[in-house]
Order: sequence, then structure tokens, then C-alpha cells
Amino acid sequence: MADLTDLTLKAALDGLAARTFSSEEITRAHIAAVEAARPLNAYVLETPDKALDMARAADSRRAAGETAPLLGAPLGVKDLFCTDGVRTTACSNILGNFVPTYESTVTANLWRDGAVMLGKLNLDQFAMGSSNESSCFGPVVNPWRRAGSDVKLTPGGSSGGSAAAVAARLCLGATATDTGGSIRQPAAFTGTVGIKPTYGRCSRWGIVAFASSLDQAGPIARTVEDAAILLNSMAGHDPKDSTSLPAETPDFSAFIGKSVKGLRIGVPREYRADGMPAEIDALWEQGIAWLKDAGCEIVEVSLPHTKYALPAYYIIAPAEASSNLARYDGMRFGLRAEGANLIETYENTRAQGFGEEVKRRILIGTYVLSAGYYDAYYLKALKVRRRIAQDFDQAWEKVDALLTPTAPSAAFALGENADDPVAMYLNDIFTVTVNLAGLPGMSLPAGLDSAGLPLGLQLIGRALDEGTLFSLGGAIEKAANFQARPQLWW
Amino acid sequence: MAIDVATVRKVARLARIAEPEDRLAALAQELNGIITWIEQLNEVDVEGVEPMTSAEAVSLPLREDVVTEGGDPEKVLANAPRRIDGFFVVPKVVE
Repeated sequence: MADLTDLTLKAALDGLAARTFSSEEITRAHIAAVEAARPLNAYVLETPDKALDMARAADSRRAAGETAPLLGAPLGVKDLFCTDGVRTTACSNILGNFVPTYESTVTANLWRDGAVMLGKLNLDQFAMGSSNESSCFGPVVNPWRRAGSDVKLTPGGSSGGSAAAVAARLCLGATATDTGGSIRQPAAFTGTVGIKPTYGRCSRWGIVAFASSLDQAGPIARTVEDAAILLNSMAGHDPKDSTSLPAETPDFSAFIGKSVKGLRIGVPREYRADGMPAEIDALWEQGIAWLKDAGCEIVEVSLPHTKYALPAYYIIAPAEASSNLARYDGMRFGLRAEGANLIETYENTRAQGFGEEVKRRILIGTYVLSAGYYDAYYLKALKVRRRIAQDFDQAWEKVDALLTPTAPSAAFALGENADDPVAMYLNDIFTVTVNLAGLPGMSLPAGLDSAGLPLGLQLIGRALDEGTLFSLGGAIEKAANFQARPQLWW
Repeated sequence: MAIDVATVRKVARLARIAEPEDRLAALAQELNGIITWIEQLNEVDVEGVEPMTSAEAVSLPLREDVVTEGGDPEKVLANAPRRIDGFFVVPKVVE
């Protein structure tokens, strides 16, 4: 039998349904892979005992004649999702040994559908970062390396642990979240598929909050179909999140394989960023050619406010974060660093508990919301945000979806951008507009650069039109026939 | 300089983060770098544009004003840094 960790989620579910192997067997194979891959630092907490309990329970359900969409499939969970009785840290010291007494809606949906939890995955602290280097557990190492080099590369961020674990066959799929690109950029850096659904598709309840008007959960997987299967379970209306959309969840996998003939695909001219590597430009052209071959009509469109998306994001996201993270006061949960009085206790707790990037963003957010600056920065950014959303509205009059690169480079070395916050922020240049407008965006692997590293293409769709992205993603996946995988070195 | 050391000190105080005096100058420089980059937003004409406060066009739903959960102090207190007899223990708030 082939290595069970090498199966796609779909193939694993078929094998489980056919009783070719049990959930306990495929779960044990993954537990062994996770243990062997500790040098990657993808998991910050392994839960093998819980995984085996859940696997045996899945096998019992199967034996009793039950079926469920994910019955017996071992998955990884980004350590931003609260898991009942299992430590949840957001990879920040301020949460310390926080053990939730409740389960996030998204993970509860996965367990309802029979999935098995292998453990909690590393991320940039509070999901703030593009390289995983702000994690209090240290960065994840990308399983991919440049040809002939052993330089450690970032898997991207913030969902770097999720992306690395999926790429390295340490789970069949993983949960992730995306506030400015945190699903799509790591997916691009690791040769995996990631989709950030429409804002409101997945409940935010029980996910540690970063910027509430932008945060959205989604899956990272190895194929477009696997991503659809996971999103089917993760999505759905939840009364506990007032921004959760009361929309039906379609069967996303049914869109894969549907003809894309006649679909109009926009290519936004503003995404031809200065200094974009020629290889990424070439990949983009290749993607355009694939969709043309599949019968799509290619239309050049303009999104004139694109260059203002990142600066607007770096007002809105820190402003929301400074408000959301006010809850970490050392009183009810998490770290407490005593001081001479109450205020000093707050200040010491937050100084010791938060990492440097988190503090930087809280300070920026506090500044742009403070008296005298609110109108000049925060209100202005909210107006620019509407301009950006209007750009997309105008594009949808002409096209059905957009095709862009996912990130402006392939995976870079750990430490490479660490000294310049703005250079790091530029990683999200192609992804952040989608969060501001609340739209769905998918990244999928489409080729390798000359160093042998994966590069991703991004599809952007209308609100609640993930289905079209799955159809187009399926078409690109078939044309690209991306079979490359990281060489086992760990 | 838009943000000087005094501003950083004030903002850090507002944010309840203890920043040592010898960090303030470096922080001011970092924050200025970010704020200067952000100020390109001034190029955008937003005359008459409504601020966008939500990614969705729907209004927030209301629910009945009734208790839906609770009555489990053990769960609420489970992660308390300090607790006595079913209460959180916190520093003195009122002098």
C-alpha cells in the first residue's frame, strides 16, 4: 500500500469508505510523520492521544454504518482556533497556557463531520505577519528548499504552519485564516491550494480575533477538490457570529470540472507591479493562456485604487487589532505580570506578553484612533476602503472573475525581511484588496521558479461566488498539472 | 517628524504597554516609517465617499434579548491567573 500520508483528502476518504484502511491506520501514519518532521516546527502542539481517540470513534461510527463528509480524516488546526480542552495560544506568550472551555464553530463543524485532530499548527503571533517569524514558538521552516541549497525558507504567514504541514504531508488538510493574505500567500509559498471565502461564509466565533472586519477562515489543502471538501464542512451560517451570512452553503466540489467556457476573466493592469520578477509575470501569462485554451474570454480591467489598499489596510487592521487586543489585560485569562498598581499590572502584562510586531500594530492602531488623528487616518482609510470595493464592483460589470499572481515573490529566506516592517507588509500587495472588499480569493500552485520553488496564481470572485473559483481553479489545476513536491530532508 | 518620543510615550500609555524609555526613540522611528508610507492615502479623492465599516452590505441581525447561556462559573474561571472562592482576584481598582 502506498504511504497513507501521500493520499489526497479525497482519495483518503474514498479509501476509508471502501474500508481499504481504517482511520486509526491513516491517523497513526500521520502521527509518525508529524513526529519525524519536528525540525519544520509546523505543529506547536501535537495531540496524538486525542487523534487516536477520535480516529477510533470514527472507525466505530463507520462500523455502525454511519457516513459523514470527513469521517476519519486526520487534519491540522491553526492555533488560532479555540479547541475545547486543548491549549490555544495564537502563538503569543500573552495567552500562555490558555485552555479554552469551548470549541470554535469552524472546528466544531469539522468534528461534527467526522474529522480527526492531529494537533495545533504554528502561525505568526495573533496572525500578524507574512513569514511566521513573529510566532513565540519560533518560525516554521518551509519544507521546500531552493535547488542545491539548504538555506531555511519561510513558508509564508500567517498560516505558515498550516501550509507547511499540508505540503510536507503532515495532515490531509488544515484550517487557516486570512486577514490580508494569510491563507493565500503561504499556500503560494508551499505549492498548496488555499481559499479565503467571502467574508461571512465561515463563522468567526471561537477564532482568536485580529481585525474583525477582515478576518475570515478557510482551508489549505493539496488539491482544489480537497479545498472544496473542507470548505463544505467549515462554512455555514452561525447565529453566534453576527457577521456570519445567512446564506446556503452549496456543494463546492460540484463546481469542479464544470465547463468554464465563455467565462470572462479580468486581468487587472495595476497588478503589474514594478520590479515583479519576470518568472511571476511569465506564470501569470501562462495562467491567462490556460484559461483562454479552456474557452474563457480574457479582458483587461482597471482597479485604480490598488496601490492604496496596503496603506489603508495598515490603518484599519491595526485599529481593529488595538481594540480587539484590549481584552488581554491579565485579569481573567492568560499571562499576568504583577505591578505596583492596576495600571502597572496591565502595562507589564502586555509588555511581557505581546511580541514586537503585535506591540507595533497596537501602537499604530492606538495612534490612528486617538483624538485628533481619527479623521485624518482611520476615517480616511474607511473611505479609501470603499473606493477599493467600488473598483471591484465596476470590474464585475465586465468580468466574472479575476486572475492575478498571489505573491510578488517565491518563498524568501527566514530573516530576509525581518528588519523592515514595510518591506514585509508588501508581501500582501496582491491579496489584501480582497479582504478589504470582503471577496473570495483562491491561490493555487501553477509552476516552479528557476530555483525550483512553487509559485501561485490567485483567482478572485464576486461575493458568495466561490463556485466559479472552484470551476476555474479546477481548470487551471488540470492544465498546470503541478506534480512537484518538496524533497524529504527533515 | 509626525511621531516624536513624547507621542510614543503617550500612545504606549493609552495602549497600556510598558515601553522602556530607551526604546522610545527607536519606536518613534519605526512608527514614522510606517505612518509616512501610509500618508500616500492623501492622494486619494474621497470627497462624498461614505466610510466602509463592514465588508458586507447586510445590516446586523438582532436577536431576542434573553439569556442563552451561562451558569457555569467553573468554565468562566478555568483560566483565571488568580481566583478565590468562585471570584477573579484582581489588583485594587478603587483607592
